Amino acid sequence: MHEVSICQHLLSLVSQEARGHGVSKIVRLRLEIGRLSCLDPEALRFAFDAMAPGTIAEAAELQIDQPPVRATCKDCGAAVELDARFDPCPSCGGTRLELHSGDEMRLLEMEAA
Amino acid sequence: MCATCGCGGAGVVGDGAVHHHHHRQHGGHDHDHHHASSAADQHRVIQIERNILAKNAEYATANRTRFAAAGVTAFNVMSSPGSGKTTLLVRAITDLRCRYPVAVIEGDQQTSNDAERIRSTGTPAVQINTGKGCHLEAHMVGHALDELPLAAGGLLFIENVGNLVCPAAFDLGEARKVVVFSVTEGEDKPIKYPDMFAAADLLIINKADLLPYLEFDLARTIAYTQRVNPGIEVLVVSARTGEGMSKFYEWIASHARNGADHVPGHSRASHRAVAQ
Repeated sequence: MHEVSICQHLLSLVSQEARGHGVSKIVRLRLEIGRLSCLDPEALRFAFDAMAPGTIAEAAELQIDQPPVRATCKDCGAAVELDARFDPCPSCGGTRLELHSGDEMRLLEMEAA
Repeated sequence: MCATCGCGGAGVVGDGAVHHHHHRQHGGHDHDHHHASSAADQHRVIQIERNILAKNAEYATANRTRFAAAGVTAFNVMSSPGSGKTTLLVRAITDLRCRYPVAVIEGDQQTSNDAERIRSTGTPAVQINTGKGCHLEAHMVGHALDELPLAAGGLLFIENVGNLVCPAAFDLGEARKVVVFSVTEGEDKPIKYPDMFAAADLLIINKADLLPYLEFDLARTIAYTQRVNPGIEVLVVSARTGEGMSKFYEWIASHARNGADHVPGHSRASHRAVAQ
């Protein structure tokens, strides 16, 4: 359950950013969680629901973006997008893929009331 | 604040430092949006675009700077519980201490048994107990460094908490990540727990002395690992008998000389690039 530790980092970052922007209430947080990152979005939501009460983010809706993984196929040369780690190349079925993204864990934006 | 060990987080370089926003789409300036729609009339959307683990990354950078200044090469050693990490380290330290000054940081939830095993070889070791925590974080390593002698040209082994999942996410400032995996664990662990194998620079397959007694398909394990991480190096050893350990020492020697110029964890996606 590293989602608990990472959620704690998220709440610290949110409170630091909220202070810096003079925000007292947050209604929405938008995250980017790469599909190859170590985070399970549902486990993160579970941790957030348990840990956010009493913090500035307690009323915040958690919006989680999971963009497809960008990759280049070493077999056919196509620039492709993958849904999951072991997906084959959607163009040629090859499995030799050079990955360009997927391990992001970022706080993109916060919506303040 | 220190979430995991409750140490208060003070006294480590980087804590409380001025942070920097990178508003990549907005040229670096603060950019608060005001929604025009009625429902969100009073709401403003603030672009942040920061790594959730930014604080850990700051501490890891501070550790990395400290290692570079001291001329020390740090290895983050990770595995499931029971793969033989400590036995591997005890043998490596015993064999290497005449060639390098060595120090060890031991991470476990409870007890200082492992640090005591290391100290019994005459090597300085600091035990970090994470309590309920399932991995080491960079600030914990920073605290431990305050208590360890770091000699120029030396090696620091950081034995992470036995866990094949969580430690993969946390950069500690190490030069290289090593995952230890034993032949009693099952061939498909690399694809069952891909994050760890994707993050590592070296896979050590340990307990090779047991291979004659097991139905373990070594080639399949290596194939699974390379499917997750085509660039990973693989060594097969027995920490108990010493078989294969000299290859590990050669690997250490090859990385000890230029350990400061490599930053794993910052570009894991590109690091996983397919081998030529």
